[in-house]
Amino acid sequence: MLVPRPIEPDGEGGFRLRLSEGERELLRTLPGELRALLASERDDPGLRRLFPPAYERDEEGEDEYRRLMADELLEGRRAALRLVEETAGRDRLTAEELDGWLRALNDLRLVLGTRLDVTEEVYEVEIDPAHPQAYELSVYAYLTWLQEQLVAAAAGEL
Amino acid sequence: MSGVASAPAEVETERPSGREQEERDRPWIVVVWNDPVNLMSYVTFVLQKLFGYSREKATKLMLQVHNEGKAVVSSGTREKAEHDVARLHAHGLWATLRQD
Repeated sequence: MLVPRPIEPDGEGGFRLRLSEGERELLRTLPGELRALLASERDDPGLRRLFPPAYERDEEGEDEYRRLMADELLEGRRAALRLVEETAGRDRLTAEELDGWLRALNDLRLVLGTRLDVTEEVYEVEIDPAHPQAYELSVYAYLTWLQEQLVAAAAGEL
Repeated sequence: MSGVASAPAEVETERPSGREQEERDRPWIVVVWNDPVNLMSYVTFVLQKLFGYSREKATKLMLQVHNEGKAVVSSGTREKAEHDVARLHAHGLWATLRQD
């Protein structure tokens, strides 16, 4: 059976979005969880992965980079997450909204993937339902699949 | 060309000259590092989008990141390299800058 693509160009510069209600519900919920983590300013490995150092061995340069960029980078992430929450029920996305979705989904995957300590092999093995993190691994696999679809749609329009 | 004549004269927009001079001597490079989460297709897409690279060039750089662990994706002044790193960070790529 052919599964319809979740996202396709609509021929007018935007994109048609076809997701099940369960998927939309997940996409309304996950961004809020990451926004709460961002607000917590916890020392979390996932958060560290979202804000990697710009300088490898230059503390002064790094301090200045943080001073200049930290707020803007944080606000960009919050805005993209809010956008996904707010547009998860839609049937169409503009090109700009799709760009926000790509960044937000990638951030969710970065934090979840860091927490799950994923390796490149994770994409080739089936998830064992008895695995203690089977649910998180399934969410990660779903987000990976969706992001592949979104990238293909966006890249086709470059 | 009245627009040009009425434009304010901006002189003091540069950073201190010592740092400026140092920047001109050796270019700064932007390195993207491999990680297990970012998708190969996404990395290629981001390099195309941010730097205007062809699909072929972006794919070559992405494969270099994937196979060798890192690749130099852009270079220039310190300000440009820092700006490029910030844009890569905004897209979730693991990027750093250093003077070549």
